Amino acid sequence: MSIPLNWYLVLAAALFSIGIYGVLSRRNAIGILMGIELMLNAVNINLVAFWRFMDPGRLTGQVFALFVFTVAAAEVAVGLALVIAIYRNRDTVVVEEIDLLKE
Amino acid sequence: MIQDFFINITWLIPVFPFLAFLIIILFTQNNNKLSHSLSIGSMVLSWLVGWGVVFSAIGTPHLGEHPIQKVIPWFETGTSTFGIGFWVDPLMAAALFMVPFVCLMIFIYSVGYMGYGTDEVDPNYARFFGYIALFATGMLGLVISENLLTLFMSWEIMGLCSYLLIGFWFQKNYDDPDKITPRQAGLKAFLVTKVGDLFLMLGIIYLYSQAGTLSYADTLFNHEFLVHLAETPALPIFGGWSAASAIALLIFGGAVGKSAQFPLHIWLPDAMEGPTPVSALIHAATMVSAGVFLVARIFPLLNIVVELELHNPTMGIIAFIGAFTAIFAAIIAIGQNDIKGVLAFSTISQLGYMIAALGIGAYVAATFHLITHAFFKALLFMGSGSVIIGCHHEQDMMELGGLRKKMPKTFWTFVAGGFALSGFPIITAGFWSKDEILAHAWHEFMLEGTASWPFFVWLLLTIAAFLTAFYTARQISLTFLGKPRSHHAEHAHETPATMTTPLIILAFFALTLGFVGIPEEIVGLGNNWFHNFIGHEYAATPLSVTVMLLSSGLALGGLGLGWWVYGRKPLVQGQMDPVEKGMNKIRLGWLYKAMQNRFYFDEIYRATFIDGSVKLADILYDFDYHWVIDPIVNLVARIVRGISEFSNKFDEKVVDALVNITGLSGVKLAELGGITDLKVVDGFVNGVADVTGWIGEKVLRPIQTGKAQNYLLILLISMLAIIGIYLVY
Repeated sequence: MSIPLNWYLVLAAALFSIGIYGVLSRRNAIGILMGIELMLNAVNINLVAFWRFMDPGRLTGQVFALFVFTVAAAEVAVGLALVIAIYRNRDTVVVEEIDLLKE
Repeated sequence: MIQDFFINITWLIPVFPFLAFLIIILFTQNNNKLSHSLSIGSMVLSWLVGWGVVFSAIGTPHLGEHPIQKVIPWFETGTSTFGIGFWVDPLMAAALFMVPFVCLMIFIYSVGYMGYGTDEVDPNYARFFGYIALFATGMLGLVISENLLTLFMSWEIMGLCSYLLIGFWFQKNYDDPDKITPRQAGLKAFLVTKVGDLFLMLGIIYLYSQAGTLSYADTLFNHEFLVHLAETPALPIFGGWSAASAIALLIFGGAVGKSAQFPLHIWLPDAMEGPTPVSALIHAATMVSAGVFLVARIFPLLNIVVELELHNPTMGIIAFIGAFTAIFAAIIAIGQNDIKGVLAFSTISQLGYMIAALGIGAYVAATFHLITHAFFKALLFMGSGSVIIGCHHEQDMMELGGLRKKMPKTFWTFVAGGFALSGFPIITAGFWSKDEILAHAWHEFMLEGTASWPFFVWLLLTIAAFLTAFYTARQISLTFLGKPRSHHAEHAHETPATMTTPLIILAFFALTLGFVGIPEEIVGLGNNWFHNFIGHEYAATPLSVTVMLLSSGLALGGLGLGWWVYGRKPLVQGQMDPVEKGMNKIRLGWLYKAMQNRFYFDEIYRATFIDGSVKLADILYDFDYHWVIDPIVNLVARIVRGISEFSNKFDEKVVDALVNITGLSGVKLAELGGITDLKVVDGFVNGVADVTGWIGEKVLRPIQTGKAQNYLLILLISMLAIIGIYLVY
């Protein structure tokens, strides 16, 4: 009773889509960061699933996923610091009100 | 058969509260009644199955030699497979007797404490029940765990719940900036216990590196492996220890954090900022005892080193930390005026007893005390919570008093709990369990002489027993005897039945539970059933009449002295604490002040660790801004600037002259071209500009919103389009 590869891929795709939906539709910057996390984890599922089904002899997929974790942690640290900096400057974390790129 | 049935469904025990947690958090947050019904209902199921398992385990012969293990593979990595499952052995059964039952009592009590059905119902009432259900999941998961990995996961779930529940009233702020707020207390608890957790994780990783697996069956209960581990030298930083000792010490580090032992004890007193049921549930009865449970779990690692007569200091370190914590916290407890503060330090002290017992090899006595303590300490906390509710959130014992008549049920149950805590002879559970620890220490030190750990442990714990009885009598006298010392206490009222019923049930256990472990020498009373069940492989602690008489005397003496000081002539409003007065008189006022301020540990840690981190950050800032990085950047900039200034000079003197000559001739030519330009080229350019302007106005400006999300959306659509084109062709 082993779960086929397709299921993992569908799960990862669904998670990725939820993540991208969150990134595009949330108004709160922290919500967007959470969406990015979902996308990163969807990638992790893909990595580990492909490793398990294609090349279980070596640890490549898992190690790669570990790297993604590390990068994701760093990204959250930087992202949250940015959110706090923005909040201090502009008193808001609603991204619709942050449109400095226009200028 | 019914026994197999129960044991086969052991895995369901943590599943019930977990489901309750999910349902409450996801769906029923707005419905208080449904939420607490779900939470309590799930706990009833866990309790029934849990006790079913306990009694099945008791009925299983030779469970100690042949623990029951059920495991399914969970995930594989590299060459090893991790399992998830459950493990039924006597230690697990003992903990499972206590945990779901105490949890259930506290869940029921919470209904009253959080103000259900009154005007003062907590705004986050439903969420509270969700969190405590998650907590129960963690604790029950830890108890039934079959390997150290799932144990560690459950351990961290509890850490999270502890944080969430201590900070449950996170919006609360105090006028006094030095008083710790619930939000800060939660953070403090989380960070301090993390220090211990780091050691626990290192220990688990070390064990895994030696064994290649983390299941109990292959590591802790595999004698060959234990012998191998004990004979393997540890990493060089541990000196000449065996690996077994090093691993045990690292894992013990986790217990120091979770069970609030010195030097990581500072979080537990501040954890009292959470709601009182949380203090009872997490910070007295269950979570803090998880640390002791863990050390009891890894006891085979300690025992094998003793068995092979390798002299490693791990046991000594454990005994020292436990005994020191026991007496240290008991001294501080005398100087506390907050009704929950006394109990917090009392908890630290009693956990010290258990740790010290494990450190001298009194495995059975430690487990026994763990179970009885959970019952009477939960009772005491819930009693103090009842006082707090009855007196409109007055927690200062100096402002209480005279509650005996006003809150009779709370009073009598509190007395039962307090007597159990102080070890009142014969009729309380605390007497039998504490006595077993002391007797074991006595017995060992009789064998090894006074220059040994057991003597040290025995001495400190005996003194601590006296102090325990004293502060308990002080607490009971200040809170319940005499006349009310504030109008809150004057208008006190008994609390609702949802709060008093659990008190009465727990009081029954606080008094009687000790009878399962009466030494077998006392003919006609007991055959030390508990010892035979839990620790058949360890020799029973022989009865020592000296110790029994001594500890009875100390308990009675402590209680009597406490009553003589505080109860005989009850304090009147504004009167100074007699102990403080007495100590001032013999010039020990500074000592009392230190006791009140918990020996300044918070201040010391602030001055060293916290200020140290800030200082380090400042240094790094200076490194960046003033010392190294920025100066280098500035230097480079200055050099570049020098070069450009030189180029500028060159430009002005040489190039400009050439340019001017060329320019003059250019002007002539331009005049000629200008005529053509105005007529032909301008017309064309204006036409292009008009078209571009129109496109910019109508098409491009609307999509350049400056909002990153819109750009991302365009990116996504373009990506999809490109992928679509790629797929089509």
